Amino acid sequence: MPSVASASAPRYRDGVRVAVPVAATVWFFGASFGLLARAAGMGVIAPLVMSATTFAGSAQIAVTSILATSGSAAAAIVAAVLLNARYAPISISVARLFRGPRLRRLAESQLIVDESWALAGRGGRFNRRILLGAGLLLYLAWLSGTAVGVLAGHALGNPKDLGLDGAFPALFLALLAPQLRAPRAAAAALAGGAIALALIQVTPAGTPIVAASAACLLGLRRGG
Amino acid sequence: MSAVWVVVFVVGVATAAFKATGPLLLGGRELPEPLASVVALLAPVLLTALVLTQAVGGDNELVLDARLAGVGAGAAAVAARAPLPLVVVLAAATTAVVRLIT
Repeated sequence: MPSVASASAPRYRDGVRVAVPVAATVWFFGASFGLLARAAGMGVIAPLVMSATTFAGSAQIAVTSILATSGSAAAAIVAAVLLNARYAPISISVARLFRGPRLRRLAESQLIVDESWALAGRGGRFNRRILLGAGLLLYLAWLSGTAVGVLAGHALGNPKDLGLDGAFPALFLALLAPQLRAPRAAAAALAGGAIALALIQVTPAGTPIVAASAACLLGLRRGG
Repeated sequence: MSAVWVVVFVVGVATAAFKATGPLLLGGRELPEPLASVVALLAPVLLTALVLTQAVGGDNELVLDARLAGVGAGAAAVAARAPLPLVVVLAAATTAVVRLIT
């Protein structure tokens, strides 16, 4: 695909716009994290600081469920670190989009989250402005959702009743589908999926995703 | 420092480091072959793993529940070339309805 800059090249605001429907879902998830964190005895400030610095939904919700069931801090840390280890391969996949001084690359990289990353890749080639525009909107949605959740979450109802946990995998599926046209990508996805499915039953959540990335080694095959 | 703040601090630092791995170590560089071919496959592979773990993942087990119906509805919408917002709304609504009636 040609990557010439043109009048129709995406702008940061295109990244914001494309993320709006996803941001609504993320906002509700942030609110449910806030509610669960409060119920788990994390107080008001700690959940907000966590959303501002960690910005990764599944790991944060895992922490609340472990702390709420009187699990140890160590258990919560191990679970969250395993869940977020996927961000190492994810960030490597978009590394070439980040330029400039180290501090700037470090700051911008914090806007990488599953949804901004997936939206940024939907043209088949990752786009920096979509990634950062979408990431910024999702960051604000996650943080403001958390704030509403810790302060007034009980008024919002259960996010499961809204079916939000079924919306996220469908979103990722929609963004995956166009990438499967290339035979080599489809083969790697199949192999990665098989690894993930096999490991879901025997390893803690998070590990299957990291292990599945080994399927990328199919890229070393010649031809295809 | 209380246990809660230890968790917030350690998880925050670890996650920031994971997210910065690529941009800090490789930022701005075009990767040499064959590494570039490997990295190019990260997106489809990781997306597939995300779909599966979020659709049927549980605590060390496969969990088949209303999420699967939602993903099925989303897949049908994707096949019909529905726009992204519609896919997300259809999947959420289907998940919610199936959960309500089962």
